[in-house]
Amino acid sequence: MLEAARAGDSVLLIAPTGGGKTLAGFLPSLVELAEAPREGLHTLYVSPLKALATDIARNLMAPVTEMALPIRIETRTGDTPANRRARQKLVPPHLLLTTPESLAVLIASPDAARFFGSLSAIVMDEVHALAGTKRGDQLALCVERLVELAPSVRRIGLSATVAHPEAIQAFTGANRIISVEDGAPPSMSIMLPEGHLSWGGHMGLEAAPQVMARIRDASMTIVFVNTRAQAELMFQALWKLNDPMVPIGLHHGSLEIEQRRKVEAAMAAGRLRAVVATSSLDLGIDWGGIDQVIQVGAPKGVSRLLQRVGRANHRMDEASQAILVPANRFEVLECEAAIQGAGARELDGDKPRPGGLDVLAQHLLGLACAAPFRPDDVYAEVRRAAPYAGLTREVFDDVLRFVENGGYALEAYEQWRKLFRDSLGLVHVRSARVALRHRMNIGTIVEAPMIKVRLVGKRGSFGPVLGEIEEYFVGLLRPGDTFMFAGRLLRFVRLREMAVECQEGGDGEPMVPAYEGGRLPLTTNLADRVRDLLRTPSSWETFPEPVREWLEMQRGVSRLPGRNDLLVETFPRGDRWYLVAYCFEGRNAHQTLGMLLTKRMERAGFGPLGFVATDYVIGIWSVNCPRNVATLFDQDMLGDDLEEWMADSSMLKRTFRNVAVIAGLIDRHHPGAEKTRRQVTVNSDLIYDVLRKHQPDHILLRATRADAASGLIDLDRVGGMLARIKGRIVHMVLSRVSPLAVPILLEIGRENVRAGDTEEKLLAEAEAIIAEATGQRRPAPVKSRKLQPSLFDA
Amino acid sequence: MTAAPVHLVGERLMLDPMGGLFWPETGLLAVSDLHLEKGSSHARKGSLIPPWDTHATLDRLTLLLRRWKPRIVVALGDSFHDPEGAGRLPKGELERLNAMTAAHRFIWVLGNHDPHPPNGIGGQFVEEFVTHPILFRHEAVPRADAGEIVGHHHPKASVPARGGNLSRPCFVVDARRVMMPAFGAYTGGLDVRDVAIARLFPRGGRVFLLGRDRLFSFAIGQLNGTAPHL
Repeated sequence: MLEAARAGDSVLLIAPTGGGKTLAGFLPSLVELAEAPREGLHTLYVSPLKALATDIARNLMAPVTEMALPIRIETRTGDTPANRRARQKLVPPHLLLTTPESLAVLIASPDAARFFGSLSAIVMDEVHALAGTKRGDQLALCVERLVELAPSVRRIGLSATVAHPEAIQAFTGANRIISVEDGAPPSMSIMLPEGHLSWGGHMGLEAAPQVMARIRDASMTIVFVNTRAQAELMFQALWKLNDPMVPIGLHHGSLEIEQRRKVEAAMAAGRLRAVVATSSLDLGIDWGGIDQVIQVGAPKGVSRLLQRVGRANHRMDEASQAILVPANRFEVLECEAAIQGAGARELDGDKPRPGGLDVLAQHLLGLACAAPFRPDDVYAEVRRAAPYAGLTREVFDDVLRFVENGGYALEAYEQWRKLFRDSLGLVHVRSARVALRHRMNIGTIVEAPMIKVRLVGKRGSFGPVLGEIEEYFVGLLRPGDTFMFAGRLLRFVRLREMAVECQEGGDGEPMVPAYEGGRLPLTTNLADRVRDLLRTPSSWETFPEPVREWLEMQRGVSRLPGRNDLLVETFPRGDRWYLVAYCFEGRNAHQTLGMLLTKRMERAGFGPLGFVATDYVIGIWSVNCPRNVATLFDQDMLGDDLEEWMADSSMLKRTFRNVAVIAGLIDRHHPGAEKTRRQVTVNSDLIYDVLRKHQPDHILLRATRADAASGLIDLDRVGGMLARIKGRIVHMVLSRVSPLAVPILLEIGRENVRAGDTEEKLLAEAEAIIAEATGQRRPAPVKSRKLQPSLFDA
Repeated sequence: MTAAPVHLVGERLMLDPMGGLFWPETGLLAVSDLHLEKGSSHARKGSLIPPWDTHATLDRLTLLLRRWKPRIVVALGDSFHDPEGAGRLPKGELERLNAMTAAHRFIWVLGNHDPHPPNGIGGQFVEEFVTHPILFRHEAVPRADAGEIVGHHHPKASVPARGGNLSRPCFVVDARRVMMPAFGAYTGGLDVRDVAIARLFPRGGRVFLLGRDRLFSFAIGQLNGTAPHL
């Protein structure tokens, strides 16, 4: 690293966790400053986590103080008090540790040029976690600006081992990669619950007794789960078995930050024996004392599994210990595939997608707030950032026009434009007010509307805030209802001043808050490995007995899905027909495919009634027997049907909301307004409807479609699959449910959203049911609506 | 399209799924809370949201006029999002609006967003409008005589359905009054269980949620969740 620094090279350092790479990133800066002390900002460190910035500042401070080096180290995050931020601008520290959001605020300030002019090095930590995300887009744009302000600056990227090092190198803007060999490979094993191996379900609670026993055998365990709801349930299940008691904590992204910090501090101090956690603990500080990681539920990806396993035993020479606990039969396959993938170091992760146009819009306004700019120069600068390397001038101009005046075909807003151009062609921000407002709204993380959860006493006295739950979940609660949150059983009292007030205790079956986007879809790489396992019976030897029997039965009754074909089964059951397609493309892609397939089946007269999607399979049930199945999967389904469905899709609306907030169309914060955002802004769904009708090619709608295509509706994978399986559809016409189809049939009762239904249908149904229940209408003739399949009996 | 008939002080009224109310006996069509030029109102404060809201709202009003062919049109207040709103109407929209006010007897009830009659808009501007036995005003008066048709609160209701709640703008109806949903393209809503609306319907009532071709009717007590601020 020192040699690269002397040569003035920008470097990507790839090393496994625990390799001390963060300190390696700083070393050249410390040496330079010790050899030739000087004033002004020397090194900027950017981390995705505030806590990491603070922790690293502390770790650096110790040796610097000890050696009495003339080096000032400070952090700057959203938590930094205003007076310290002001002082930092007057007297910059030598080393500043910050986050992408705080960096963007600095870049948007008029003294950015002076502040960053002396910069020698930029250290970007955990770049593998930032590249390909909107926060990464923002960082890449800011770094290109820093290069403009300080042309000789060196860039250092720090990354875990990744599937596409050259993409991360481009993201960092490094001219070389330094790789440190991975340490001892982790030792991973599968642990099954005792007794019955579940056909369905994702929670894995049956394994709680064994998980508890493992916790008792180790000194410090992290129990990773996949969703916040699962974290709550697993924590409860463990707590019931916790006798004699060992201290266990709970950690997930909706808990109050104070609570999370307490749990982290207790871990660091060795006061906890186990923490049940979601991805909230995937990244972050090294705790050292962790000697065991238990992953409950399928890992969903090899890279993610390795990241989690790497949390145990942060010493390179020792193997990390990890136990995988599948929650059902399919997950046994997935866990096995993930262990093999990890052994082969076959990392997943698609190449980073192109940069978001909403982020670019935010950045352009930020640049104008700092100083007037020439569009030609900024276009060239933006294209030097890897996520925007392919940006055309046309699209750049559209984004700039959007920032200027909304970019509407109707030139209605000339007088209220945010930017103006002078006679030399320089772009200026219109007023100080526009700039102030922009700085209050910087950032690329948009949360779903959340409501605080507060404990209250018997007489209504205020207790602590426990965290936040999504607004829509609050809508489902009636007073007296109980729900699980923050590891407690709570009884809903009332909603007051935008907080859910609760008391501890209560009876009845508790609900568990669910969260949007809680589940990551299965990665392509892992899906391929699962398919390979399925089609290779010789590899089944390691599988537990019930799984082997299950697959053998499938082979006898139907077929096994192949590597490059698509197995589709149809069979009757009760008064329904079922179509099950083994696509293995992940939940998001399957949801989209389910929508499109049911539309086609409707046109073909099969009378589809609903569908359900998991990471592996789509199941559709219908009134009539589906025929000509291969034509249902024709590629042309991505044409008009897709357009029509996307128009009304709630996923697009949700994506649009995020795009509109990031691009600055909708404010998160309003200067001088105490009101919540909701009260001062127009509902984004209404804006979406109007914009789609009147300017369907508006830049924000294009940005929305691009985001959704790689995200919530995952068109990329749908399209890829349809092309791959063309002419290779294997249709098995069966007389009854196949062994492999049982899990998806079980899912039907469990997944309560039937996405095939329109809102209109659901409203009519609710109206009829309520009228029936209250005696205003005679009941409809009984049809067996929800058939719980009696478990497969072969 | 199926309208829902309701009765208020002996008069038969038709609720339209688009959010209008037609009184066949008098040939009167009422709409409420158009909030015209809400888009430009936000734009001048710095939020450049799409400018077609007036256009979209007038398109829907045109459909209603064609459907019911009323003699009298009553706009129940907050027709313009702010007092300068009428002055910011794009030329084409202003012409379209004035063609409507010329073709019908057009009554503008004043609201809190548009408390004064604007210049250049045809029709008659009033605080209240009475056609016996019904009184039209912008904001409900808590102990008013029976027979009141009002707007102002933008009522919406959410209904328990499979897969969660569904929320739509709605009419709220009891024996004494009809509260109309907001008609404007950018108008949000207030849940009918909020105390501001609930106190106006102390003995409960029915809600009629707007649908594509029909309304969906529920008693207020059958709705989910809890009212804020209770």
